[in-house]
Amino acid sequence: MTTPGLLLDARQVTVRYGKIAAVQDVSLRIREGEVVTIVGPNGAGKTTLLSALMGLLPLAGEVAYFGGAPMRAPSVEALVRAGMGLIPEKRELFTSMSVADNLALGGFDRWRRGTRDQADDLAEIYALFPRLAERRMQPASTLSGGERQMLAMGRALMARPRLLLLDEPSLGLAPLVMRDIFRTIESLRARGVSVLLVEQNARAALKIADYGYVMEAGCFVLEGPAAELAHNERVIEAYLGVATADRTPAPAVPL
Amino acid sequence: MNAFVAAYLTQDGLANGAIYCLLAIALVLVFAVTRIIFIPQGEFISYAALTYVALREGHTPGTVGLLLALVAGAGFIDLLREGFGGLVSVVRRSLAPVGLAGLAAVSARFGLPALVDLLITVALVACMGPLLYRIVYRRIAQASSLVLLIVAVAHHLVMLGLGLYFFGPEGVRAAPLIDASVSLFGVPVQAQTIVILLSCAVLVGGLYVISERSFYGKAMRAAAINPIGARLMGISAELAGETAFLVAAVIGAISGILISGATTIYYDSGFLLGLKGFVAGILGGLASFPLAGIGAFGVGLLESFASFYASGFKETIVFALIIPILLWRSMAKAR
Ligand SMILES: Nc1ncnc2c1ncn2[C@@H]1O[C@H](COP(=O)(O)OP(=O)(O)OP(=O)(O)O)[C@@H](O)[C@H]1O
Ligand SMILES: [Mg+2]
Repeated sequence: MTTPGLLLDARQVTVRYGKIAAVQDVSLRIREGEVVTIVGPNGAGKTTLLSALMGLLPLAGEVAYFGGAPMRAPSVEALVRAGMGLIPEKRELFTSMSVADNLALGGFDRWRRGTRDQADDLAEIYALFPRLAERRMQPASTLSGGERQMLAMGRALMARPRLLLLDEPSLGLAPLVMRDIFRTIESLRARGVSVLLVEQNARAALKIADYGYVMEAGCFVLEGPAAELAHNERVIEAYLGVATADRTPAPAVPL
Repeated sequence: MNAFVAAYLTQDGLANGAIYCLLAIALVLVFAVTRIIFIPQGEFISYAALTYVALREGHTPGTVGLLLALVAGAGFIDLLREGFGGLVSVVRRSLAPVGLAGLAAVSARFGLPALVDLLITVALVACMGPLLYRIVYRRIAQASSLVLLIVAVAHHLVMLGLGLYFFGPEGVRAAPLIDASVSLFGVPVQAQTIVILLSCAVLVGGLYVISERSFYGKAMRAAAINPIGARLMGISAELAGETAFLVAAVIGAISGILISGATTIYYDSGFLLGLKGFVAGILGGLASFPLAGIGAFGVGLLESFASFYASGFKETIVFALIIPILLWRSMAKAR
């Protein structure tokens, strides 16, 4: 039972910390070329869900990756090899190593399997983020918040993922930097990378996404095409602010 | 004490310090990557020294059988984990160690040159490192440091017992790699001392270059700096752990062969040497390679001079060094 074009098919996923279920019975699908977003308040379980989908936490339920059969307890390394990438909320950079080394390590798994085109990938990443090229010899720990986010993204792209899970890419960033990051996410689609985006900034997320889920207290309470969600009363009230109802104002973050 | 004695003691201290330096580096590396305080490090030394001498004397050492048992054990565990689909990779991983065991048996029977025996010994002990990681530590890699320490102590005791079983209680001393002595500023210097110091410098330099320049070295550092980040790059804890154990085993094996040309080695000598490496490693909090290296030479020199002034208290003085080091470290942290 495989479906072409379906990159991720998660059914009835539950993730527990001890006895407490932080994610309960959620189902989600991502098709090739899609940007799918999950929005929701703090503590809803978004990070937990992404970590579990990436194999970092054990989950109950069925998850099929890249149109294959559902996998039981896949390892992070197996998923990386299959084409999954995660940019975690905490970034998890190699702080005492240089920007260039961090990026190079992003391509480690492909290098280990015998591919030797990392130099091209690196040039492409530097073209995408010229700031990183300027700071290539600097230790990652000395980067600014926005630069760290760029590095995390560049490092993940070095692995050439087919599906990238992004956890709060705009966390703590100034509006201008945030705009750059969202632009990059949009450009990923053009490169054939599908994206599952978790965002506090629901407005910006729904704007670039094709499909969205609203998560509250561990469950999906609403889902639909992103454009529809952006006009849903409940979403507007809880996440977008009342002022935007029925009008198409200039968003606070121009995209 | 006159200058001549002092020069002699210094020479001795530096040679031992070089060995402690290598061991301290292995301990810091294993701890940084796996959080294991690797008590059995010293067993690699004894095993290597005793294996080398056995091969030179034309016996098949017990470590050959141990290596085969480890290969079988690790292969069995892998088959349990991966099912029969993993058979091909299990067989492929077993080829090198099994071939090596055969080579060792051939050398024992027909007597190959010393240099070949040396290489066989290092390769044999090196193979054990990753296998031991797979069998003993892989399943419990996520356990607390305390659990890992307890397992490491048990692992040490098992290897110590096996060492006694394989080699008996008699000590061995290998012929020095180069048996000569040169005169430096009027003081005779054993060629073995120079060999030890040079080997230490080459190994430390080599490890530094590998960790800074090679992709595997960088991956290892990444795994030590941020294990989650490393896993997300496809650098598994398993790969990092096996590589760290491989390096530790190579270091232990080379140290064992070097020191067996300078002193008599018994089945349990490695443990004491490893502990002194540990004292040196503590100086850098098991986290700093340069401090561990400096500490190691300090330990070697202290031990050497202590053996002149108070030979009965030699070991006591060295191990008592832990107390001021820990005091200094905790005060430095509190500030
Ligand atoms: N390691 C853990 N042990 C126990 N509970 C945890 C753990 N990690 C997270 N939780 C709990 O699980 C719930 C979901 O956390 P999660 O980090 O997934 O939320 P989130 O939706 O990502 O929130 P935010 O938007 O603030 O990042 C929270 O109530 C949190 O306290
Ligand atoms: Mg989160």
